[in-house]
Amino acid sequence: MSRPTDRAIVSTHYPTMRLVLPNPGLEQRIPDYEKVEKLEQQELQGRPKWDNKAQYILTCVGFCIGLGNVWRFPYLCQSHGGVTFPGAFLIPYLILLVLEGTPLLLLEFAIGQRLRKGSVGVWRAINPYLTGLGISSMLVSFLIGLYYNTITAWILWYLFNSFQDPLPWNQCPLNDNKTGYVAECQDSSTVDYFFYRVTLNSSSSIGDSGGIHWPMVVSLLAAWTIIFICCIRGISTAGKAVYVTAVLPYFVLAIFLIRGLTLKGALNGVKFLFTPVVEELINPNTWLDAGAQVFFSFGLAWGGLISFSSYNPLHNNCKNDAIILSVVTAATSVYAAMVTYTIIGFRATAKYDQCIDGNIVTLLNAFDLAENNITHGNYEEAYKHLNSTYPETVMGLDILTCDMQKFLSEGVEGPGLAFIVFTEAIINMPASPAWAVLFFIMLLCLGLSTLIGTFEGVIVPLRDLHVFPKSWPQEVVAGVTFLTAFIITLLFAQHSGFYWVTLFDNFAGSVPLLCIGLFEIVIVVYVYGVDRFNEDIKFMIGSKPGIFWQVTWRFVSPLIILVILIFYLVTQAQGELTYLVWDPSSDNFPSLASVPYPDWVYAVVFLLAGVPSLALPFYALCRVIYNRCNKKNDTQKF
Amino acid sequence: MLEKLLILLFASNVLAQVCMPDAPEAYKVRLSIKTALGDQAYTWNDNELYLFRATLAFAMRNYLSGQLFDVSNILVCNETERVSFWFMVKSVTNPTTLIEKQHVENAIKESRHRINSAFLLTDQTLEFLGILPTLASPFVPATPPWLIAFGVVMGVVGAGIVYFLVAAVVQRKRKKTLDEEEEAKGATENEIAGENLDGIYNTSFSDDEKVTEM
Repeated sequence: MSRPTDRAIVSTHYPTMRLVLPNPGLEQRIPDYEKVEKLEQQELQGRPKWDNKAQYILTCVGFCIGLGNVWRFPYLCQSHGGVTFPGAFLIPYLILLVLEGTPLLLLEFAIGQRLRKGSVGVWRAINPYLTGLGISSMLVSFLIGLYYNTITAWILWYLFNSFQDPLPWNQCPLNDNKTGYVAECQDSSTVDYFFYRVTLNSSSSIGDSGGIHWPMVVSLLAAWTIIFICCIRGISTAGKAVYVTAVLPYFVLAIFLIRGLTLKGALNGVKFLFTPVVEELINPNTWLDAGAQVFFSFGLAWGGLISFSSYNPLHNNCKNDAIILSVVTAATSVYAAMVTYTIIGFRATAKYDQCIDGNIVTLLNAFDLAENNITHGNYEEAYKHLNSTYPETVMGLDILTCDMQKFLSEGVEGPGLAFIVFTEAIINMPASPAWAVLFFIMLLCLGLSTLIGTFEGVIVPLRDLHVFPKSWPQEVVAGVTFLTAFIITLLFAQHSGFYWVTLFDNFAGSVPLLCIGLFEIVIVVYVYGVDRFNEDIKFMIGSKPGIFWQVTWRFVSPLIILVILIFYLVTQAQGELTYLVWDPSSDNFPSLASVPYPDWVYAVVFLLAGVPSLALPFYALCRVIYNRCNKKNDTQKF
Repeated sequence: MLEKLLILLFASNVLAQVCMPDAPEAYKVRLSIKTALGDQAYTWNDNELYLFRATLAFAMRNYLSGQLFDVSNILVCNETERVSFWFMVKSVTNPTTLIEKQHVENAIKESRHRINSAFLLTDQTLEFLGILPTLASPFVPATPPWLIAFGVVMGVVGAGIVYFLVAAVVQRKRKKTLDEEEEAKGATENEIAGENLDGIYNTSFSDDEKVTEM
């Protein structure tokens, strides 16, 4: 990489000072170009660094490609209720990825690589009053890490249970008299029952904690120890783990794509995915969710990316990295969505066939017709004929309407989607245990690789904030963090744990990320100074960022994020907050019932969303007050 | 007068021997042969019906031991295309009476598997309407398989953690002895902390904070 020739002349005078807030003392806090070059050479022994470029890219890819693509993306598509076309979600997602995701990505990469620190260190170096932003990132990463690892625990539970034939979610247990199946299982389905009853033992409301469910505690223990061993030595172990966790999912997705496309009805699902629907594009909620999903899936504002790029060599080409990562993430999102929807298409077709079969049997039995009289082919005419000749009889029968569109867009709402839809599809494939093991290993890898980045964004700030004594080695710091996290996640092992996970996902993983992203971009552009930033990038990679980056950094990205944030807050504040519960006694069982949150949940929501978002102004305020008090004491001394 | 009595007696005799659907002692049977066997389905004809009656007679013989039921004791009526029909069982001891539903049901439940096998069908494809099939309980292995998988994974991970911790401790001890040897030799200390652990915060920046006035 060619070094720019003018780096030796470091002047504090930048020719065109646009709108930049006054920031005295910046020069003392950050090393100038000469110093940072020298430090890099000396630092080669002290600071952790990547074994090779591939390890860095794989870690970032693993961080970005996670459960969000396979688990959150499909359920967001269907979370609006009614028939939602996922194609309508894909387009805003891709557009916002380019306008919002990529600029912020380069921003985080470049600032980490230039200032060579984790998220707290970077913002503290820019201005000590802004340390609160690093604290925000750390809190958000921690909260997200908590419930993300709980989902990993669910995945582990399913994985452990996949080593048997027949799979345990293939059959209902018998009731006490042995005359039939358990009512809850009979009314819903075997996969629903296995998820909500056997795995989680869900109570019917978030307030009803119902005690600890031991299988979940065991799974959580497994999940936390696995992530502990991956992070035990920081990136020297994590960097090796990603060779498996980041690469394996692609192979498994390919296998599932091939298997999926050979299944009956898969193409229905793929067609459904790519159907653009104009009405949905106008709906602001779609753009809201897409914007938040870009943040969630890119790992932006989590702090992990800043940390990772700070271990890079000083002249690493971070612009190319940002573009590569964006392209890879976008392509993988579409790829994973395609695989997901072939499976959804297969499941919908299987359900449709079952529905028609059921109706045919009912009709044959009622009218005592020969078995081959009504087939799938002539079902419609036969039904019409019978309905017109014997309308009273037909009305008395239990004929269900079989609507393929309904099955495709069926509200398997909420975080249970991956565990219900996919497991149902898997039991219909031959050699199901093998497919189940493969699928859950893929999910495990996806989850682990993201968690590695998440906890990088927690542990490094904790060290930077001197929460732990400096003498404690990495193993002990990691151990204490994960132990604390395990104890907190026992909250999710309760019978109401599923509702807590949904709560965390809705509030900790949306608003704070948008706030932090907005602050980040505003601070770098207007406090650090976009001109200085451009010079930094020119120093590191040899060329100044082009017009696309300038326009997006200065106007487009902050504006988009601000608009999404405002819309989001407005829509949330307007309605009553509701959530979905698994309640066997509700009217619409087995559909999830929509129930309003109890009042105390609003306090929790404020903790989850408000505290991380407000950490920056709060910390700045505290520091101002503290300094004022100190100054008063100082003046009083004289 | 006597003729009328004779006619009445004769009529009641005949009535008792005629199978009627929805009679209190009658059961409806439904076979779904094509669903069960697909291409290898056999066609339902009188011979198959004869086999059915014989199988039922067999079931009744097993249940009421001593009473030798015959094909003629099984009355069948209302056959349909669906392959469904009603049947009733005549008593052996008293040919004018019919066996009660409960006895018939118990007999069928006892020999259900044999009856199904005779026709290559299952509980779901050979339905006796009103008699619930006894469901086979799902197979539950002695040790839950998930416990085994969990044990294996935790064992491997635990071993890994122990290895890493021990290796770290050993490394630290080695460095301590190395440092002590260097000090003893009087070598100048390294500027950089000798520990090569990851994540050690570079202290050169933190010094700057003292300079910063805010």
